[in-house]
Amino acid sequence: MAEVTFVDVTLRDGNHTYSHQLTPHIIGETAKALDAAGVDIIEVGHGDGLGGSCVHVGRAPATDEELLKAATSSVKNAKVAILVVPGFGVFADLAMAADLGVGVARVATHCTEADTTEQYIGKCRDLGLFTVGYLISVGMTTPERLAEEARKMETYGAQYVNLAESQGHLTPQEVAASVRAVRSAVDIPVGFHPHNNLGLAIGNILAAVDEGASYIDGSLKGFGGGAGNAQTEVAIAALKRAGHKVNADVFGIMDAAGVFADLVAPHPMPVIDNNSLLMGYANVYGGYIHPITRAAKEYGCDARELVLRLGERKVVAAQEDVVIEEAKKLAAKNPSVA
Amino acid sequence: MATASEPLGVAVLGSGNIGTDLMYKIQRDPRFELRLVAGIDPKSEGLARARELGYAASSEGIDAVLEEDGVEVVFDATSAKAHAVHANYLAKAGKMAIDLTPAKVGPSVVPSVNMDRCRDQNNVNLISCAAQATVPIVHAVSRVTPVYYAEIVATVSSSSIGPGTRQNIEEFTQTTQRALEDVGGAERGKALVVINPADPPIIMRNTVYTVIGEDADDAAIEESIFAMAEQVQNYVPGYTLTVEPFRRKDHFMIGIEVTGAGDYLPSYAGNLDIINAAAVAVAGEYTERAKGV
Repeated sequence: MAEVTFVDVTLRDGNHTYSHQLTPHIIGETAKALDAAGVDIIEVGHGDGLGGSCVHVGRAPATDEELLKAATSSVKNAKVAILVVPGFGVFADLAMAADLGVGVARVATHCTEADTTEQYIGKCRDLGLFTVGYLISVGMTTPERLAEEARKMETYGAQYVNLAESQGHLTPQEVAASVRAVRSAVDIPVGFHPHNNLGLAIGNILAAVDEGASYIDGSLKGFGGGAGNAQTEVAIAALKRAGHKVNADVFGIMDAAGVFADLVAPHPMPVIDNNSLLMGYANVYGGYIHPITRAAKEYGCDARELVLRLGERKVVAAQEDVVIEEAKKLAAKNPSVA
Repeated sequence: MATASEPLGVAVLGSGNIGTDLMYKIQRDPRFELRLVAGIDPKSEGLARARELGYAASSEGIDAVLEEDGVEVVFDATSAKAHAVHANYLAKAGKMAIDLTPAKVGPSVVPSVNMDRCRDQNNVNLISCAAQATVPIVHAVSRVTPVYYAEIVATVSSSSIGPGTRQNIEEFTQTTQRALEDVGGAERGKALVVINPADPPIIMRNTVYTVIGEDADDAAIEESIFAMAEQVQNYVPGYTLTVEPFRRKDHFMIGIEVTGAGDYLPSYAGNLDIINAAAVAVAGEYTERAKGV
């Protein structure tokens, strides 16, 4: 069956769940456990990647450099990865990461904006990083358009293209169609990053791998934006059960999940609550779960109405200001809701 | 007003979104005579539109601009890389360059903040649309109280961002960041750019955060921001405070929308308007200067 390279994103996507407060200590200890379990690639950093620490999204407790150093100094075999979004991270951040021994750079943009990544994919290749084109919110466009955008990233020099289904909105059939379209358009490998808002993360991974996806993202205990990612330990067990080859071992990754949960205790692990269910259903970016809950409480509106409103406005990542604006508008319209 | 009102000969270099929008703004301004629109793509919509309006148009780029008689001011709306080359030619030819790319060859100017920096310059940089929208607000705060950190998030509609800008995100971010410090007066700046693909396209929006001291005079800051917004509205009528200044712990948050005049792209593309309106204001300053000498 297929050979799958596993990318654990707990220490980057999980930062959305942890309000971007993962410390160098948590990162170092978790990276050590992931490395011991045999995970191939460990992504680390602020939830919005390099340069993501800001008032708008949330300030981190340490610099990017401190977060990355905690990881690179803790691993023996795994490669450490960073995410970089053009418009957030700059060239100097990339050079810093390469200097620290980061091996993989995933250059991310909204699924229809691949041409904003050309400069950064080129820069990452120049720095000798294994460079990935990363398309966000792939459920917001068609498989045909995804194929076009992935093809652009390949021509810029991306070494694989990752499809991030950030809203947890797609069903296995839809995921299969997207992966199929992209696979037929590019020669580089294809990866997949699910969210679990409709409880489909693991099933969607199996559907993606059946269509030839060979890089898979997950996070320990599912600790990631919104309802969470695919649960790494479950994904690895399920992939093995389906007969695929994954380097990480099941006991080791279960141990890593325990290590991480203890480090962030008593923080609850993600569950599919009504808000995140609704976000998957309405196709709203999962990183907004905390801002939505906070804004609904602070300004006094119904969080469910707020989610639907944001779905209508087709918000993309990093529009936290719109969450506040819409919450204020809803509250003004219906002042009786406390 | 015989000789003094003789319009100033100008050329637009770059026939993309910015250059084309600029053409319409120059067309209705009696202070200027548009002598040429030059691009490098013979099939570009901008050049076709220039011809339709009866202007000379060329796909020979900078060469055509240098050959054209009577051009004193050149608006460069190409790309950072291209302007770095154009700047030398234009300087040698004795032409004033108004640079709308993030190349930053000359000093950065935001009309409502530091128009005096244009004086005696033959190359002025307009930084970026995001800087034109947000630096005035940062300056409005820093003239009242020290700004330890200014952060701006510019969200622009995907349809308003042409290929030049898409390949210059790094320069765009860097020059905007520097302008928050050098022109806005923040000790440290950070610029974030979000390209929004929503359809129908969203109006250009900017969020400004300024981290200030605990004992800062909130009322004076608010007053200063409102006064500045009015000043910007003088040359960009669609400039609106959508989130009026309010304090959240250590910082003020301010939201701005820029509705465009709808000259080339529809009114969502306020990013084109704000940088082009600034460019026209700078060129206007140059005509004043020419008259004064």
